[in-house]
Amino acid sequence: MIKEPPYGEKDISGCGLSGLINKDGKRISGKDITTSIACQRDRGNGLGGGFAAYGIYPDYKDFYALHIMFDDKEFITPVEDYLREYCYIEVQETIPTIRTSVIKKHPIFIRYFCSPHRNKFNYYQGPEYEGVTQNDFMVSVVMHINFSLPGSFVVSSGKNMGAFKGVGYPEEISEFFKLEDYKAYIWTAHNRFPTNTPGWWGGAHPFTLLDWSIVHNGEISSYGINKRFIEMHGYKCTLQTDTEVVAYILDYLIRKQKMSFKAACTVLSPPFWEDIEKMPEDEKMATKALRTIYGSAMLNGPFAVLLGHSNGLIGLSDRVKLRPLVCAEKGETVYMSSEESSIIAICPEPDKVWFPHAGDPIIVDLKEGVNS
Amino acid sequence: MSATIDTTGVYYRDLNQQIRDMIKEGKKKFTLNNVNGQRYIGTGIKGEDKEFVLHGVPGNDLGAFMQGPTIQVFGNAQDGVANTMSAGKIVVHGHAGDVLGYAMRGGKLFVKGDIGYRVGIHMKAYKEHVPTIVSGGRAGDFFGEYMAGGILVLLDIADKKNDKNMPITGNYVGTGMHGGEIYIRGKVEDYKLGKEVGKVPLTDEDKNKLTAICDEFCKDVKADSSKISLDDFIKLIPVTLRPYGNLYAY
Repeated sequence: MIKEPPYGEKDISGCGLSGLINKDGKRISGKDITTSIACQRDRGNGLGGGFAAYGIYPDYKDFYALHIMFDDKEFITPVEDYLREYCYIEVQETIPTIRTSVIKKHPIFIRYFCSPHRNKFNYYQGPEYEGVTQNDFMVSVVMHINFSLPGSFVVSSGKNMGAFKGVGYPEEISEFFKLEDYKAYIWTAHNRFPTNTPGWWGGAHPFTLLDWSIVHNGEISSYGINKRFIEMHGYKCTLQTDTEVVAYILDYLIRKQKMSFKAACTVLSPPFWEDIEKMPEDEKMATKALRTIYGSAMLNGPFAVLLGHSNGLIGLSDRVKLRPLVCAEKGETVYMSSEESSIIAICPEPDKVWFPHAGDPIIVDLKEGVNS
Repeated sequence: MSATIDTTGVYYRDLNQQIRDMIKEGKKKFTLNNVNGQRYIGTGIKGEDKEFVLHGVPGNDLGAFMQGPTIQVFGNAQDGVANTMSAGKIVVHGHAGDVLGYAMRGGKLFVKGDIGYRVGIHMKAYKEHVPTIVSGGRAGDFFGEYMAGGILVLLDIADKKNDKNMPITGNYVGTGMHGGEIYIRGKVEDYKLGKEVGKVPLTDEDKNKLTAICDEFCKDVKADSSKISLDDFIKLIPVTLRPYGNLYAY
């Protein structure tokens, strides 16, 4: 196994993040987001960089695109045997990478465009599994690979999207995966400065599940309680990093509990009780109910996150804004970043620049009909 | 005496080294063009005869630990401007981010537009060293938190086009404050104030001081001072000297 040894030092945290969305669904190359995140190089320390991109696989948009990372060749066969048993694989290919001067040792990356195997899925639709969807099926496939098959991790598993991440500065990771060759209507990027957990390829951001992707600056002090909460619902935390719980919590709240983005953000970063008391009666009742029922899904600690999904991008900070987040708009493109300069680096004259208020989600959706 | 540097793509360490080398050669005035994200510009530089004019968006910790120089930013500024600055002046002709003037102990920071969270926290004064921060816009939460000295002024006269809904100040104004004074042009609900501060009327001395500060600010950032009436201000000062004096002495 060439898995990086845990990186045990504790350092001062200062990750950086950047994201952009074109509301018309116009796809742009990975060059801009790379320039943007490279502008905040000093927020990271070379131990993690990564990107999520939406709209990159239009030719296979009906298939789940599994990006899988293998520590070594020997781990490929067991995963492929498992995948062939449970999924129909339309296409599989090595994710193109290039040799760079800085990234010498790296895992093997292969992508599989697949869908649940008809026979297996029909089994899951039997009476005792009533209501199980293709998405549920794929979540169990991802969890099985991450939890039970050694030396392999699913980096992303959504349709028409993918995550690219590793150990290095983000501009190095972008070069390594040749991201200028991909075109996406949503990009998020992360520059990592690992603090409490190891810097390894699987631990770089974004963290994903189905089409959810999370990049995160800060630390989730409530990781323990969040992990216990989400594990009760069948999710398995395997990536040694606090941020992965956010992806699973979002999947649970929005896809399974059918919650709105706004409500899910209220669960993650709820108002203080004294502020809830000042709300109008209806809002007060609803917010109290969310805090009461989903108290264990609340994220405590300093954070700013960008949440990507097929139809939009959301920026959210903790309730007292212990991590920076700035937004800008130019025409139909919205930018979100840890630093204004990294937006200006790719959008020199935005129509407007603003700082989201603590705990207030900035929810940007694709225009209706763009992604149908 | 003066130097112009095109900072396009220049890494912050190289830029700051270049500036320091030029200061050793006797240069005093610097014009930096195309600044974008370079950190620590002006940090630790001494001497009232040094002047910096920045075009663009400088990176975090602009003018940290600075002792004397003047910095003009024609653009917006990010987080941590004037961190622990002890003398000099920084004028930002746009908005600025969070944690401005952290533990500042002298000099002036003028921001034409809005300012972020935790501005002026841990600020302190000693004799004639009275740090002053003025914003022509509005501030986020924790304005003047743990403030021990100095002057904070919020004018709310700036253009609001980027954020129409932002109130003049957020929550926890002056929480833990035990020195200094905060002037806010407008109304602030009592629940937004820290338990350690109270509203008091402005004295004639306060009004003279505030007039001088506002005049200097409006001149520097080219703002319209006619909107400012001294009758519209509230003044916040700490109401107890040692609010937690008995915390560990029960």
